[in-house]
Amino acid sequence: MITEAGHFALALALFVALAQAGLGLYGAQRGDKGLMAAASGAGVALLLLVGVAFAALTHAYVISDFSLVNVASNSHSAKPMLYKISGVWGNHEGSLLLWLTILALFGGVVAIFGKGLPPSLKARVVGVQGLVAGAFAAFILFTSNPFARIARPPMDGNGLNPLLQDPGLAFHPPFLYLGYVGFSIAFSFAIAALIEGKVDAAWARWVRPWTLAAWVFLTLGIALGSWWAYYELGWGGWWYWDPVENASFMPWLAGTALLHSALVVEKRDALKSWTILLSILTFSLSLLGTFLVRSGVITSVHSFASDPGRGLFILAMLAAVVGGSLMLYAIRAPGLKSGGLFQPISREGGLLFNNLIMSTAAGSVLLGTLYPLFVDALGGGKVSVGPPFFNSVFVPLMVPLIVSMAIGPMLTWKRGDLWTVLKRLKFVFAAALVFAGIVWLLAGGKMGDLAAAGGMALAAWLLLGSLWELGERALLFKAPWAEALVRVRQIPLAAWGMTLAHGGLALAILGVVGSSSWVEERIQNMKIGETVRLHDVDVLLESVEEVPGPNYGALKGTFLLSRDGKELLRLSPERRQYQTPPRPTSETAIHSTWLGDYYTVISEPAPGGSYVTRFYWQPLIPWLWAGALVMALGGLVSLLDRRHRVGVPVGRRTK
Amino acid sequence: MKNRWAYLLPVILFLGLLGFFTRGLFLDPRAIPSVMIDKPAPQMDLAALPGRGDTGLKTEHLKGQVSLVNIFGSWCVSCVAEHPYLMKIKAQKIVPIMGIDWRDDPVQGALWLQKNGDPYDRVGVDPAPGHASVDFGVTGAPESFIVDKEGRIRYKHVGIIDDRVWSEILLPIIRELQK
Repeated sequence: MITEAGHFALALALFVALAQAGLGLYGAQRGDKGLMAAASGAGVALLLLVGVAFAALTHAYVISDFSLVNVASNSHSAKPMLYKISGVWGNHEGSLLLWLTILALFGGVVAIFGKGLPPSLKARVVGVQGLVAGAFAAFILFTSNPFARIARPPMDGNGLNPLLQDPGLAFHPPFLYLGYVGFSIAFSFAIAALIEGKVDAAWARWVRPWTLAAWVFLTLGIALGSWWAYYELGWGGWWYWDPVENASFMPWLAGTALLHSALVVEKRDALKSWTILLSILTFSLSLLGTFLVRSGVITSVHSFASDPGRGLFILAMLAAVVGGSLMLYAIRAPGLKSGGLFQPISREGGLLFNNLIMSTAAGSVLLGTLYPLFVDALGGGKVSVGPPFFNSVFVPLMVPLIVSMAIGPMLTWKRGDLWTVLKRLKFVFAAALVFAGIVWLLAGGKMGDLAAAGGMALAAWLLLGSLWELGERALLFKAPWAEALVRVRQIPLAAWGMTLAHGGLALAILGVVGSSSWVEERIQNMKIGETVRLHDVDVLLESVEEVPGPNYGALKGTFLLSRDGKELLRLSPERRQYQTPPRPTSETAIHSTWLGDYYTVISEPAPGGSYVTRFYWQPLIPWLWAGALVMALGGLVSLLDRRHRVGVPVGRRTK
Repeated sequence: MKNRWAYLLPVILFLGLLGFFTRGLFLDPRAIPSVMIDKPAPQMDLAALPGRGDTGLKTEHLKGQVSLVNIFGSWCVSCVAEHPYLMKIKAQKIVPIMGIDWRDDPVQGALWLQKNGDPYDRVGVDPAPGHASVDFGVTGAPESFIVDKEGRIRYKHVGIIDDRVWSEILLPIIRELQK
């Protein structure tokens, strides 16, 4: 009964979304206040209906209602409750419903709280949201219905892929989707602005917080996914340039560019048509990501729906949404009045430089991801593009970007003086070199490590440069302490946010460079009582025992780590054999320190009473996740800035 | 405006991309065509696994009945996942399963079968570099081929055999060929 109510609500949602689109767009064209208000009402109704549908599906998962195809093929009664719930979006149909739910949520928030917006702009934004929501609702209902029933329900379900039964991955999709779908607001604002033919600072002030919020979620989502890959796949890697990872990375790159270019629109009234294009592209890349993952166009270890029928639908949707909006852009964008001019060496110039690199990076990832498809479609056979391509493209792009990231924020608007800024940064430059030199010597001072030392210098340059900029704002070390303290208090949250985000990237670079340059790997057959040397510790296999889990059986190894004969701690990785579906997984055991991770894995027993074990020393890798968190925190802090509150929902603090 | 055409560039690029997507949608990313389909299985004479008691696998063994030729190896992780299903197929006694222990050390292969169970009627070892199997059209493990009564290769499946692959694809073909 509850299931049918959910199904019905979803069907109704399709029509409400279409009504929302029609009312909003037509109402704004006519200037009809009644129609425009009705569009907002439809937005709220859509949120309620989709919410009911999502709740109904969740309910079916919680009570393990195997009369639903979706529940039967993805859940199991013996699964822990957390994974019953995360199972809702751990499959194609459910994850699309989550997409739609978040889309309706954002549309509803604009409809309810967007009172400060010009009525016609708001109606158009809500209308475009309705259009996208309608397309998704139709896609779910016609090709991927999560509410489909089976005539003869099975006694139990097929279970969820055990790799996905993990807290990191339980929350990965919601964050990712909050990011993807959050960019839909920037998209809707861009389309609305193109229809209105007006882009100004007020427009940018509305778009920026939304983009920022979406960016924060996407950053966290990607970091969670990467962290999961690190500890769950058991190979010590954290990024595989897998098409599905790229699908989330491309909108992130484009969204990062958008954040910075919207800043220029807001502050200087320049780069308007470029910002509009970026808004369209960022959301298009989110849709494209969905297409790539869901249609099976590109093989990937993650993909769980390979079906040309669905693919064709998404393709049609992509053609309509992206093609339509780019066409609109081609027609309307030339008419946008361009605003303030600036010199190449200026704050705007720096932000534009960021934009060029970020878009080039997004373009290269797109090219690398789609290249196998291009070759195959042209009859060239099957090829795969791997990490070597991406690394060789990415590193040369990121180096100048990172160098400029410490300089850009110090340039003045309109026309800057590069030489003065460089002189202000001379201590930072020296400190970065010294830091890199020390790290290089500590790592053994080998010639082969010079590139890695360069990476360390970049990270230090960016971290110290960002802090230096903040210090100069406060006149730290120049003014008396009391005055500096007052000045620190006066630094706007947005500036703190920037420093955190840039500094976070610097920390992440430490992790990336450290783990990719100085990783140590030990793979061997071990008997109980044997010891293996890993980096600076001895790893002793103490015992192996069989332990039962709720829906799996596990082989649990206990390793004793000791340094110079002194016991440090014990790590207990497991190898789990799940029953439904029958799949083995590795539960790694990791000990994190400030300098790196000790990472242990136990695999299947080998003949002769020994076990295959793998150990990794992953230097500096905890800084990668810490850096991603700090970046997201930076976005959050910036979002709290009072100046942004114009754009966020009219809430507690506004008068 | 003089550079009005530049604004058309994004949509033109996108349309090109769309063309590729449409084409790509109808290509199966996993389908690797086997040039050997409908051709007689090539000549091969593979040695037996130690302690297994058969005489290895020769081309002649593939004639006279429909058989499922399965490529595995003790080094192959996915084969572990596939293995229980092969044991089930063996228990149903529908079709003989011929194993090719590919690019493997015979001792390791034999130990692997001892540990995981042995679903095969015959097993031949094709040690590295594994040319005999490459002639057969093998690109990786696990892979499975359906060979008809005349010893011609009729179907190739890349990847793990599971419930769906077996009941929806392989079994109907085998039933048809067994008529």
